[in-house]
Amino acid sequence: MEAAFWQTLWLTFKLAAVTTSFLILLGIPVAYLLSRSRSRWKPFLEALISLPLVLPPTVLGFYLLLAFSPEGQFGAWLEQALGLRLVFTFSGLVVGSIFYSLPFMVQPVQSGFENLPRNLSEASYTLGKSHLQTLLHVQIPNIKPALLTGIVLAFAHTVGEFGVILMIGGNIPGQTRVASIAIYDEVEALNYGLANQYALVLVAFAFAILALVYSINRRLLRTGWG
Amino acid sequence: MNMIEIRLKKLLSAGDGPLPLDIRLEIGKGEFLAITGPSGSGKTTLLRLLAGLMAADEGFIRFDSEVWLDTRRGVNVRPQARNIGLVFQDYALFPNMTVRKNLEFALSGKQNKRIVDELIAIMELTELEGSFPATLSGGQQQRVALARALVRKPRLLLLDEPLSALDAGIRAKLQNYILRLHEAFQLTTVLVSHDYREIFKLASRVVALQQGRIDQPDLPTAVLFSTGQDGDVRLSGEVLSIEEDGAGFAVNVLIGNNVVRVPAMPRDIQHLQPGDSVTVSFQAYRPELVR
Repeated sequence: MEAAFWQTLWLTFKLAAVTTSFLILLGIPVAYLLSRSRSRWKPFLEALISLPLVLPPTVLGFYLLLAFSPEGQFGAWLEQALGLRLVFTFSGLVVGSIFYSLPFMVQPVQSGFENLPRNLSEASYTLGKSHLQTLLHVQIPNIKPALLTGIVLAFAHTVGEFGVILMIGGNIPGQTRVASIAIYDEVEALNYGLANQYALVLVAFAFAILALVYSINRRLLRTGWG
Repeated sequence: MNMIEIRLKKLLSAGDGPLPLDIRLEIGKGEFLAITGPSGSGKTTLLRLLAGLMAADEGFIRFDSEVWLDTRRGVNVRPQARNIGLVFQDYALFPNMTVRKNLEFALSGKQNKRIVDELIAIMELTELEGSFPATLSGGQQQRVALARALVRKPRLLLLDEPLSALDAGIRAKLQNYILRLHEAFQLTTVLVSHDYREIFKLASRVVALQQGRIDQPDLPTAVLFSTGQDGDVRLSGEVLSIEEDGAGFAVNVLIGNNVVRVPAMPRDIQHLQPGDSVTVSFQAYRPELVR
């Protein structure tokens, strides 16, 4: 029981960490491009990225399940070409979580880029620096609070994920069984004590991480790094 | 052949409807050109077009033998490749870098780092080189911005109302820095300003931009001195001090680089204080020039 408890928590945080790492790599470029874009397609892309904010997670999970299923064309191709099975596996959870938490990374970072004075990047261009150099050395370092907010929200949101995981991951201990699923499972089995243990850990974690974000952001703003 | 040839057209959306910017301008090598004009007349836009930060609807810019912009042939050189120094009105220093790092960031890949030391020395920034921009005063930030703009040794320096946010004492000091840099680096400089004293002190030539066009002849006197209909000569200046002088008063007015002592009656000085901008009008029956 004890081992299963820690295994589940470990898996929960591993999923959040891996997902957040991918989201940093994916979310920053997406946020940057959206902040610069003046395309008429921009609102549609923004809406698409933000869908998981308003859709029931089961809807996203349902379509991902259909897409990843080895019975379907895409799922079959994944398995044959890449040897990748995304239903009822940890990799599948990561992919699902990336979709699910993407808006939590993109939105703060995008508004961070948009609120940064345009003069800063323009000054950099007139100093001969490319867009990439400007992004890495001027823009990203000056949106630290937004970046931190995005990272923490994406991480915390992935920890709190339930519906998508249940749909595409199921409840395999050590594979896809994360804390939120475990709580549901233990309650079903009338193990209120264990459910409470999981729940308390999640409450404490969520509170600690939000308090951390707010206090760090306050410090960064005070020192003029906002 | 002048060094810089500019023909630009762009439709701007100003506060009160569209404003067609239509500019023809030539700038000679080593010139210090001031562009003045009311706000919203397109001054800053002109600098941004020169820097390549904004696209013209139609136009041509030649710098020496390089064509920076030729809309008919689809040429539009990126700002990175134009080799200009641009100083923004709000300085645009990078908040995440110290003074020295702000300058070093501007170095191009193979450039000798010594230029940074030189500029730090010239601009008297040695004691500030480890500070972050947020801790600097406006005048200090301005010095850093000027130094940073010159790290790449540009041939063209663009200044967008660089001193407008500073108080008079610091402004005078920075004007000296700008003149020193203009000469030391053999720059061609374009200054946007609507401070006549500044223009008079710095510029070798002035043009006025009005409603998106440069119409007036570009003589400093045409803008700085306006002759009234009654033949009076009017000069703009700044009140330096007011002194009692026998029965009346004397007002010392700074006009350009000269202090003119103007006798005044008590009622003339009632609302006057040092720092005020004033117009001094002389009755000029027969102006004489003496060498």
